[in-house]
Amino acid sequence: MKLNRRRFIGTASAATLAAPTVWGAGHGMPKVVVIGGGAGGATAARYLAKDSDGAIDVSLVEPSRSYYTCFFSNLYIGGFREIGSIAHSYGTLAADYGVNVVHDWAVGIDRDAKTVTLAGGAVLPYDRLILSPGIDFVDGAVPGWDISAQNKMPHAYKAGSQTELLKAQIEAMPEGGTFAMIAPPNPYRCPPGPYERVSMVAHLLKQINPTAKIIVADPKEKFSKQALFQEGWGKHYDGMIDWIGPDFGGGTVEVNPDEMTVSIDGEVTNVDVCNVIPAMKAGRICEIAGITDGNWAPVSGHTMQSRMDENIHVLGDATNQGDMPKSGFSANSQAKVAAMAVRGALTGAKVFPAKFTNTCWSLIDTDDGVKVGASYQATDEKIAKVDGFISQTGEDAALRKATFEESVGWYAGITADMFG
Amino acid sequence: MGGFAKLCFAALALGLSGAVAAVERIGDAESGAELWTQCKGCHQIGPDATNRIGPHLNGIFGRQAAAIDGFSYSKSMQRAGNDGLTWTLQTLDAYIHNPKALVSGTRMSFRGLKDDQQRADLLAFLRDFSDNPANIPEAAPTAIRDLPDLSDEILAIRGDPDYGEYLSSECTTCHQRDGSDQGIPSITLWPEEDFVLAMHAYKEKLRPHPVMQMMAGRLSNDEIAALAAYFGALSDEE
Ligand SMILES: Cc1cc2nc3c(=O)[nH]c(=O)nc-3n(C[C@H](O)[C@H](O)[C@H](O)COP(=O)(O)OP(=O)(O)OC[C@H]3O[C@@H](n4cnc5c(N)ncnc54)[C@H](O)[C@@H]3O)c2cc1C
Ligand code: HEC
Ligand code: HEC
Repeated sequence: MKLNRRRFIGTASAATLAAPTVWGAGHGMPKVVVIGGGAGGATAARYLAKDSDGAIDVSLVEPSRSYYTCFFSNLYIGGFREIGSIAHSYGTLAADYGVNVVHDWAVGIDRDAKTVTLAGGAVLPYDRLILSPGIDFVDGAVPGWDISAQNKMPHAYKAGSQTELLKAQIEAMPEGGTFAMIAPPNPYRCPPGPYERVSMVAHLLKQINPTAKIIVADPKEKFSKQALFQEGWGKHYDGMIDWIGPDFGGGTVEVNPDEMTVSIDGEVTNVDVCNVIPAMKAGRICEIAGITDGNWAPVSGHTMQSRMDENIHVLGDATNQGDMPKSGFSANSQAKVAAMAVRGALTGAKVFPAKFTNTCWSLIDTDDGVKVGASYQATDEKIAKVDGFISQTGEDAALRKATFEESVGWYAGITADMFG
Repeated sequence: MGGFAKLCFAALALGLSGAVAAVERIGDAESGAELWTQCKGCHQIGPDATNRIGPHLNGIFGRQAAAIDGFSYSKSMQRAGNDGLTWTLQTLDAYIHNPKALVSGTRMSFRGLKDDQQRADLLAFLRDFSDNPANIPEAAPTAIRDLPDLSDEILAIRGDPDYGEYLSSECTTCHQRDGSDQGIPSITLWPEEDFVLAMHAYKEKLRPHPVMQMMAGRLSNDEIAALAAYFGALSDEE
């Protein structure tokens, strides 16, 4: 097989290609700083450290000591997982791979000096910076809600205490009460996520509070795996879920966290639990770094390099890359491409053409799993979809069960791939 | 491409539409009956056939894999059945050709019948015991596939191990490197040839499963070889 690096590097500049020669004596070991220890960042740190065999000094900046995966957090709400089973620590990355894990927030990036400043005051120099900070919410996206209301009306779109709070609120609902979800506009983290959540909330309520109601106010005409979810809701939770699309005012919403009311198209409803999932944007540190265009950070699919700064690679939810959905699977897939490109630039390691894949599984009810997935390749313009598949309506129970079991296998696989 | 597949194309080209006319083209059922001695130690077929070491094979054409109630199939065969593996001319041919290439963990210990004509004859014989032979030769030409004859040439490709390692990172999101297999099978430490055959069976869409068909579909022969070499040699420590 003939591999032409120049071709695969694509948009990288000549300076990047020449980079390996820069690292002579005097400069010391090349340094990579990774900000964010989630699906993208943890994977990138692990692959860089593992594959460079100590030739790159890798630091991972992440405030939390335990990372709670958003993936499978809905299954915790449904009662299919314990909260502890979705928590992961950075111990192995530090001990077995030699990653320098720093538990702090990154608060400043100086792109000229190539340094990262941490909340605790430390300054970390880098040769390459990898940003995978996930998402933040767009201010004012849902009138009446801001982040200070997150304990009354949780988003549970960053997993951990928010997820536990939301579940506790659902369990405390009065008999026959109302659960409302304000669904987000595109693009957002995990396209099927809100609808898997609705399924899991329904599953829980069916057991503990079967006369309770679920309303979903949605600004989108249609949503991911819609036919599969609606078939499943009809089959398992008939009459419980009321999905209100934009034609019926689902996009014209206001909430009042103190009164616990939701107004949909002017009609005010009292609710017992309100899960507000606002519009999203790249994690704030991307804005601070000045690498965003609109809400997201544009990147080249060949290397995941920022279009604004070739010394910075951005991964996962924070990016604007093209056709891939914002998922843990995607972030993990992108991280491997970025790690390869960074090793190529800093140590002269071989670089191969970027390939990406994604599969998102969702659980609708016990042993009723569905999936959607695709493969992608990098073009100069974007990450472009090549081929894909989706579960079909009307599939038999054995296949749905196998699909769910597969997702359990995937969870074990991807978390091992992230954390070692 | 196997012998009967060519014959099927021929049948279509001749415009033979009646199932009977086409079926005769599969092969010679009489010599198939002689070859049946290789199967009958484990399988029965015909009136009164019951399950023995293997399930009875009446009505096998058009039947889903692992569909006989009361027969205890291997986990692998059950998974293939759940995924939608149905016994057609193509899939039966591939299974009899090399059982493990189609269903890795099959309990059928039969080394495979390598001769294209013999398989065609045997399938013609089996066909006589299927009343409702779904999609036999009239199947659309695009549906006619055979395990690619993985010649020594393809099997001899030696992949670039670095490339194998990079490509493998796409697999380890689902398949764990340490070989654990909850929900998703283990693919480490397989004999390289079995691995290559399995991947080609997905690529040719003989093995069902949309994720793996997609994954394998975009890999070249060299890439599959590189992956086979890499996963074949993977040990616990990295
Ligand atoms: C309910 C739900 C269900 C989901 N289900 C699935 C699923 O089934 N499959 C799937 O593939 N995906 C799923 N996802 C999506 C998935 O969780 C995200 O797409 C994925 O986590 C994105 O990875 P990331 O690296 O971009 O961000 P994250 O995983 O969110 O990681 C970002 C990290 O950066 C840290 N960070 C942020 N800012 C800073 C800073 N300034 N300094 C230091 N650290 C910082 C944060 O603490 C965080 O740990 C789901 C999401 C949700 C909400
Ligand atoms: C050593 C015993 C043995 C021999 C010889 C054998 N089989 Fe099998 N066969 C089995 C077993 C056991 C199974 C079930 C496999 C599993 O569950 O993985 C099986 C399964 C099958 C199936 C799938 C049946 C189903 O219900 O899905 C077919 C088709 C089949 N065999 C055909 C043949 C043919 C044709 C031959 C002769 C060329 C043959 N077998 C020779 C033991 C045998
Ligand atoms: C999205 C998850 C996923 C990814 C990524 C994935 N696989 Fe698979 N793989 C599966 C599942 C699920 C099965 C079981 C399929 C079936 O039932 O036939 C499987 C089956 C297999 C098998 C057959 C195993 C057996 O016991 O028969 C092989 C070989 C294989 N995969 C190799 C690979 C390789 C090589 C890659 C990377 C190029 C890869 N897989 C990527 C999910 C995945």
